[in-house]
Amino acid sequence: MESFGSFRRKFAPWDDPAAKPYIRFENVTKTFGDFTAVNDLSLDVFNREFFALLGASGCGKSTLLRMLAGFEEPTSGRILLDGQDLRGIPPYRRPVNMMFQSYALFPHMTVEGNIAFGLKQDGMAKSEIDARVGEMLKLVKLEQFAKRKPHQLSGGQRQRVALARAVAKRPKVLLLDEPLGALDKKLREETQFELMDLQYKLGLTFMVVTHDQEEAMTMADRIAVMDHGRIMQVATPAEVYEAPASKFVADFIGNVNLLEGAVEKAGSGEVEIAAATQGLTIRADTSKALSSGQNVWFAIRPEKIRIGREKPVDASFNAVEGELWDIAYFGDMTVFHVRLDNGDLIKASSLNAVRKVENPLTYDDRVWVSFDTDAGLVLTA
Amino acid sequence: MQKLITAIAGRLVIVVPYLWLLLFFLVPFFIVLKISFSEVAMAIPAYQPAFDLSQGLAANFEKLKKLSLDNYQWLLDDALYFKAYVSSLTIAAVSTVLTLLVGYPLAYGMARAPSTLRPTLLMLVILPFWTSFLIRVYAWIGILKPEGLLNQFLMWAHVIDTPLTILNTNTAVFIGIVYSYLPFMVLPIYASLEKMDYSLIEAAQDLGCPSFTAFWKITFPLSIPGVVAGCFLVFIPAVGEFVIPDLLGGSQTLMIGKTLWSEFFSNRDWPVSSAVAVVLLVILIVPIVLFQRAQARAQESGK
Repeated sequence: MESFGSFRRKFAPWDDPAAKPYIRFENVTKTFGDFTAVNDLSLDVFNREFFALLGASGCGKSTLLRMLAGFEEPTSGRILLDGQDLRGIPPYRRPVNMMFQSYALFPHMTVEGNIAFGLKQDGMAKSEIDARVGEMLKLVKLEQFAKRKPHQLSGGQRQRVALARAVAKRPKVLLLDEPLGALDKKLREETQFELMDLQYKLGLTFMVVTHDQEEAMTMADRIAVMDHGRIMQVATPAEVYEAPASKFVADFIGNVNLLEGAVEKAGSGEVEIAAATQGLTIRADTSKALSSGQNVWFAIRPEKIRIGREKPVDASFNAVEGELWDIAYFGDMTVFHVRLDNGDLIKASSLNAVRKVENPLTYDDRVWVSFDTDAGLVLTA
Repeated sequence: MQKLITAIAGRLVIVVPYLWLLLFFLVPFFIVLKISFSEVAMAIPAYQPAFDLSQGLAANFEKLKKLSLDNYQWLLDDALYFKAYVSSLTIAAVSTVLTLLVGYPLAYGMARAPSTLRPTLLMLVILPFWTSFLIRVYAWIGILKPEGLLNQFLMWAHVIDTPLTILNTNTAVFIGIVYSYLPFMVLPIYASLEKMDYSLIEAAQDLGCPSFTAFWKITFPLSIPGVVAGCFLVFIPAVGEFVIPDLLGGSQTLMIGKTLWSEFFSNRDWPVSSAVAVVLLVILIVPIVLFQRAQARAQESGK
């Protein structure tokens, strides 16, 4: 079986037909007046999975999370957690805890008080509460801040208090609403790995809502890409990137060139497309059943396109000439915008694997872009 | 040059309110204080000694020596004043608690109302200020008197057979104070509730709190600065209230404001009534200082 990207761990219950889902959304719809936030959505999440809901603001991802937490009830459909229907169960009796985007730390309580809050509600013995709070403080490395109030902490520390408070009750599922949204870039990257570590150590199921694709790609076992209350694709980060199910997903995740065209010749496993772009003929591997004349899109990531001054040996397909229009240098790589003679732009990127380049590409150069038959993906939607 | 102008302008901005306080608060206060040390006289003004700068400094200095603490001694000797102070403080305290009980739910409801409705509700709370305070208190006479609107309604609804006696009792005074000072309780509580992040309540629920518990553990503690401000804003003026006990209260309603008024206008004893006013101010300094402290603390933690 072919696979995409690299594995973080051998964990793929979604590929196992016998595996029972831990959280199950069944045809869930949620409307607010005229507005449909979540539209007939079904989704399975497995035990100990780190699951990310990714989408632009207003796509319904937060509503989905809030329905699981119990702050909203689905208009129709049902949500099962570990086999139990959650309908009618108020938030304070659900075995899930949430880390809020604003952290929602209680300003009149100390760090300790915040973490102990949920445990006290459960009527846990004082000695047990103290032990658990100590354990949590150690877990998030905030032992010496136990007596501080939230306003005496930095943003990163507050985030960790919120996290400790949410996991203190050992919920079946931890819900994280934009957990890193308020942190600066450097801290965000560090915290991503801390969160992954924590999830592994505690063996909890994490469900995180984010609009930041890098964050989702880094942390999650699987990502659900959402748009207008529907799920566009559920897959591992590598699959979402390398095998997007639709134009929307391809465009939403990372950078992509989307070339429209009509099927010229549809063979088994291969297709020839006459691209609308400047006489470009595309030959691509595909397992899709396509018919001649059908309108399709060819999606290809910039890093899978070669760029150079020389004309490829066989320029009859998967090659096109243009003018170097823009260069964006990122240090680790460079992105080139090539303007074809009809005005279309193609993005190609190359890794800066060596420090010094002889005769580097520069503005206004005439260049050829080319790619292999397995470099891109044919999409019909 | 520009800097100098800015510096002077900055000073002026501070000086103006201080001048105002000096001229319209501190100077009158010292006049009252001086009168309280004087003796009553059948004259204009109605006390001795009265300073007259035209008589020269030495003569005025002689008069200064005549000032005495007799009036304060008088206040101590006659139990009436002590009773009036205690009764004023009690009535003010009870009214404050009642106003809190009525005002808190009102402020809470306003803060939880849809944000489009809030300005309207806020305006409704402030609306009574557009009518004269005196007229509004008179209106309560019309409502509370034996043949008034309230009794008529209750009898029509067959709740009671004989009219209730409310007017000219302490109950009427409480109703009047609660009604008149309600906005001073509602507004600070509303302000503290309104700025509260609702996700705190959701967080509390998420961690296992039913709504009612979440209110007592989160909402109420966080609204305490507003409650404290509201209570002081009602309590302090209510202690010295005169119009409400005079119009709505009965002969047995003893409040220091009324005592002061009768000393001043009926007995024409300016020195004693001044002493009454000075003592009242001293009594009120305690809650005023506490209020200032609470405000400063609220500001500190609000940062």
